[in-house]
Amino acid sequence: MNAVLNSIARLGRSVLDGAQHAGSMALFAIELAWVLIPTWSRPRDILQQVYAAGVLSLVIILVAGGFVGLVLGLQGYNILSNFNATESLGVMVALSLVRELGPVVAALLFAGRAGSAITAEIALMKTTEQLAALEMMAVDPMRRVIGPRFWGAMISVPLLAAMFSLVGIVGGYLIGVVVLGVDGSSYWGQIHEQMEAWDDVGGGAIKSLAFGAVIALISVYEGCRAEPTASGMARATTQTVVLSSLAVLGLDFVMTAFMFGA
Amino acid sequence: MNVQRGVELVVGLFVLAGIAALMVMALQWSNFGSSRVAGYEVTARFDNVGGLTVKSPVKLAGLTIGRVDSIEIHAETFQAEVRMVIDDQYDNLPTDSFANIYTSGLLGSQYVEISPGGALESLEDGDRITMTQSAIILESMVSKFLFDKAKE
Amino acid sequence: MSDSRTTTGMIELDAVHFARGDQVIFDGVDMRFGRGEVTAVLGPSGTGKTTLLRLIGGQVRPASGRVLVDGTEVSRARRKALYALRRRMGVLFQNGALFTDLTVGENVAFPLRAHSRLDEALIRRIVLFKLEAVGLRSARDKYPAELSGGMARRAALARAMALDPEIMLYDEPFAGQDPVSMGVLLRLIRRLNDALGLTSIVVTHDVKEAMSIADQVIVIAGGRVIGQGTPDEVRAQREQEPALAQFLDGAADGPLNAAEDEAPLSVDLGLGGGQ
Repeated sequence: MNAVLNSIARLGRSVLDGAQHAGSMALFAIELAWVLIPTWSRPRDILQQVYAAGVLSLVIILVAGGFVGLVLGLQGYNILSNFNATESLGVMVALSLVRELGPVVAALLFAGRAGSAITAEIALMKTTEQLAALEMMAVDPMRRVIGPRFWGAMISVPLLAAMFSLVGIVGGYLIGVVVLGVDGSSYWGQIHEQMEAWDDVGGGAIKSLAFGAVIALISVYEGCRAEPTASGMARATTQTVVLSSLAVLGLDFVMTAFMFGA
Repeated sequence: MNVQRGVELVVGLFVLAGIAALMVMALQWSNFGSSRVAGYEVTARFDNVGGLTVKSPVKLAGLTIGRVDSIEIHAETFQAEVRMVIDDQYDNLPTDSFANIYTSGLLGSQYVEISPGGALESLEDGDRITMTQSAIILESMVSKFLFDKAKE
Repeated sequence: MSDSRTTTGMIELDAVHFARGDQVIFDGVDMRFGRGEVTAVLGPSGTGKTTLLRLIGGQVRPASGRVLVDGTEVSRARRKALYALRRRMGVLFQNGALFTDLTVGENVAFPLRAHSRLDEALIRRIVLFKLEAVGLRSARDKYPAELSGGMARRAALARAMALDPEIMLYDEPFAGQDPVSMGVLLRLIRRLNDALGLTSIVVTHDVKEAMSIADQVIVIAGGRVIGQGTPDEVRAQREQEPALAQFLDGAADGPLNAAEDEAPLSVDLGLGGGQ
């Protein structure tokens, strides 16, 4: 009896904790929103963060994009050849990448590579009183530290996702056309006929923009509220990756339902 | 300062590359533009369009020369009226050309194939192709085949 | 004499209450920090000495009461007024809090770049001058990770002094220092204060060192002030305040840790005994 009550209480407690978490993140987001425009008064800070978050993630994104394209080409060829429709390989690879895999996989990789780094960096700055030092120097850490990192991540994700998709489509071409002998002109021709500039490419870009914003928010928020201990920082970085991944996948479903559904 | 300059340069290239990737996909690889190609409109009525959809290609001798713009029910004949936009560079299609709905591959997407006739006059904007053949519906073909076999 | 001090207090705390959760840190304390003086705030660990500095810097706000810095009420100040006030303060954090991604020179230049439009040549000169004052001119291109604890703290001091503050706050400046660097720091604090006409607050639990340089001493424990005055006055107050005597002597037994002894060990061990 007691055990049942306890587990119900535990459930209630975790629901309350979750609600509190969401609430404080919302408050944090509002506070952050206030400084997002003023942050651009120091574009060099943002540029530095685009470098740290975006440029340094480029290699993993390009390599992953290439491999995903190769696998899609291989799998797509196997399935489509059953229907004698391998000329549709191009459009299958392209739409999979542009609509879904590009934005989603790039975002997941980014959360693991750069999001966790942002969290760890901010958490360490907080632990070593660097953020407090900024405040006492009459420099707002929100503008100077948090804002640029938010923008850096937010700008990088859509660009990385676009490059991921592009490299993936080329990867599909390599395996499908060069290795497996699908007709090259129909690979590109089918893409050219069926891929929509606004709905597919634009839709994918909007998705990755939203993913970028979500990952950026979670990364800086987790950094700011990390407990100033070794285990607290470890928890914060883990939390960033877990929360970002879940948020990206959940948001992806919702956005897909709105944009491509029905 | 030199390091800073290098970072600026790399970030600039990074942003350009990202935008370029997006632009290549959106403007070069997609059907952007090709759906808005300058062209003239012709219509054709089919008893059954099968799986033909808006934006399906219109082909001549296997090459895409245009695109389906709209498919509507014609109010009097209850046929499907397909409006196609054909690229201006193919402005010499004979008026007695034939419009078929074919399927690419066994289960592939459907498209309109134009078979040119022999008339001297060419199709103009707003003209109608009168000779059409509907999409082949697999079920009706199979049942017809079985029916014929049974009669023998 | 004490009356004239109160009226010219650069920093004043007025019936300040502050609590973190259930734990009461300050229970209505009054403090005055005189202009141009070095005031040492002493107290056992965990008595809210760092919180005191955060209250003065406006990073936390009291539940009730007022914190005044040069006539401005920090505890109510709007952001802009608060930031203007903070530019007049320098803080030496417990571990220096140097920006780990910047060299020592860049660390010192940081507040200058943030708050002035001086050209680079001038900033360079000011940085060298500040580093010279703490004896670290040769370390300007090193990163904080390459410095010893004492050097890091002196570098942080140079940074805190970069904007020529009127008020200097030192958070545990002597913690973890070897005797030599402690002596260097002590002399620096005193000399900077006198040479630049600062108002300095040194928060520490090193009684002897603090007493040796301070004009005024405030001893806090258990959320209230248990001793206040010049070092000699405070030493004289020990008779009336057993807690003060225990703290000054570093005695193991006394009222400061009486709470720990209240419940017998057997209660926590669950061996009966407790009701």
